[in-house]
Amino acid sequence: MKGLSRAFSRTPYFVLTGGLAIIFLYPIIWTGVSSFSPTPGSAQTSGWGWANYSTVLHYQAGLGTYLRNSLVITAVAVVVTLLVSTLGGYAFARFTFRGKNVLFLLTLAILMVPYATLLIPLVIWLKQLHLNNTLVGVGLVLAVFQLPFATFMMRISFEAVPRELEEAALVDGCGSFSALRKILLPAVKPGLITVGLFAFLAAWNDFMVPLYLVGGDKQPMPLAMVNMRQQVMGVIDYGSTQAGVVILTVPCVVLFLLLQRHYVNGFMSGALKG
Amino acid sequence: MTLTLPPARPAPPAPPVVSRKNRHLARTLRSWAYVAPTAALVLLFFVIPVVLVFVMSGSDWLLLGGNKGINFPENYSEVLAHRSFWPAVWFTLEYTVIATVLLIGLGLGLALLVQEASRWRAFLRTVILVPTALGLASASLLFYALYSPQVGPISPMLQKLGLADGPVTVLGSPSGVLWSTVFLIVWRYAGFYMLLLLVGLQSIPSDVYEAARIDGARTRQIFRSITLPLLRPSLALATIMCVTGSLLAFDQFYILTKGGPDGSTTTVVLLVYNLAFESKRNLGMAAALSVLVLLALVVINAFQLRALGGSDGGGRTKKRKKEVAA
Repeated sequence: MKGLSRAFSRTPYFVLTGGLAIIFLYPIIWTGVSSFSPTPGSAQTSGWGWANYSTVLHYQAGLGTYLRNSLVITAVAVVVTLLVSTLGGYAFARFTFRGKNVLFLLTLAILMVPYATLLIPLVIWLKQLHLNNTLVGVGLVLAVFQLPFATFMMRISFEAVPRELEEAALVDGCGSFSALRKILLPAVKPGLITVGLFAFLAAWNDFMVPLYLVGGDKQPMPLAMVNMRQQVMGVIDYGSTQAGVVILTVPCVVLFLLLQRHYVNGFMSGALKG
Repeated sequence: MTLTLPPARPAPPAPPVVSRKNRHLARTLRSWAYVAPTAALVLLFFVIPVVLVFVMSGSDWLLLGGNKGINFPENYSEVLAHRSFWPAVWFTLEYTVIATVLLIGLGLGLALLVQEASRWRAFLRTVILVPTALGLASASLLFYALYSPQVGPISPMLQKLGLADGPVTVLGSPSGVLWSTVFLIVWRYAGFYMLLLLVGLQSIPSDVYEAARIDGARTRQIFRSITLPLLRPSLALATIMCVTGSLLAFDQFYILTKGGPDGSTTTVVLLVYNLAFESKRNLGMAAALSVLVLLALVVINAFQLRALGGSDGGGRTKKRKKEVAA
């Protein structure tokens, strides 16, 4: 009897939260389902199938080109972010040197300046560096935007490692670099995964930076998908748009589910930077 | 890099003065080597562009014509006199207020709903966080289809409920665009603010609540006089992040409406893009507007830090925590 009344009193809670769960999941599921379902005005007019995906596959330079562009940009951004923030974070955590605080604050100051403010001069400046309309240029810019969070994250990761650990290695005749490689890197692995994950998500999904800096055959997936939608003579092919969204979304959702703990940790420590 | 370095320990037997000096120099060189990549990236892709944007904002600089020399303050006065400038500012502010109020309110509500540990709540947290893993551009494209009268589920739903006769164009009117964009943003970011506030909630020690309950405080009283004040630092942080993000809104409006209908949903950052690449093709004016955005952001954030954070507020909450606990 008591259990029953308790279940009754909790019903509103489950109705409310169940409704919320549906609201948050529905758009994703709807897109996934309708990318395969028959829709007038798309490639898939009758029956279920992959026709929308084949539209995307053959759109202009082809899905392969745009996916490759996305992968190159993402790889450059992730590798550069990891490498630079690991070396920098180590130095900020372990050494004292002239200009340390200035450089650290300057790195964090990247957060203060809006994308739009930096992208206008970068349109001109990348030309001087011979990086205009290149995937490497976009990757580097995206890495720089990740740098405040990544450097901060790696700095606190290194600071959390006890000094004795590397001092033992230094006594054994290791240089600081091999101590970093052999002893410290395994110890800061969670930080590296978090930084890499966020760099991946940011670079893979970014729309604004490539919109300003590249065009034509250099477009990554998000930009190509937005342009594809506008191409078709005023008539919008929603089916292929949905297929594009699915292609963009699947890797992100999979990574999120696999690395959820690192994702949550990243948000929490990223949030601390203020 | 490490070849010439003496081991840092144990203390070397050589004359101590020279050795210490050498060691110091070596350490300095070594640390500069470690931060060199950071310094290079920050210099090349941050410091120089920031200087350049100020120079450009004072120059006659067209997208195709290049730099034609200093014309300060012409770009600024032209931007301020541009017919889209004030509408864009007002629209951006309106959007920012609505988005911030809703996101912080809902974020707090969701955090309270899922804060205790249980299987169902863990599942809920995951579900609410999934949209945050999507790119903003992907999410905008997703909702672009969702809102469309041709394939979206909204028109049929309204028709079935008898609320509409024909297909409904959600993105047809300025207020329709505003609210549907707000819905998209709430869907995409609610999980993030939930998480941020959840961290704040969980840092409130449970004995504070216990003490209040023993003293006979009601749930509502506890929320108003314990949860909210102790959550203040987290709320301040969330508000600052939300205001900053909303003031710089771009992707969602570019993708959903490109600022339409009739430029009524053009945000300030969208106007920067328009000036640079579409209407004027004038990088000088775009630079001037983006400098104004930067300065406005600095002022607004300084103001927010003062109003929301501040050592005074922190001290007060700490004292209150002690009082309540005692």
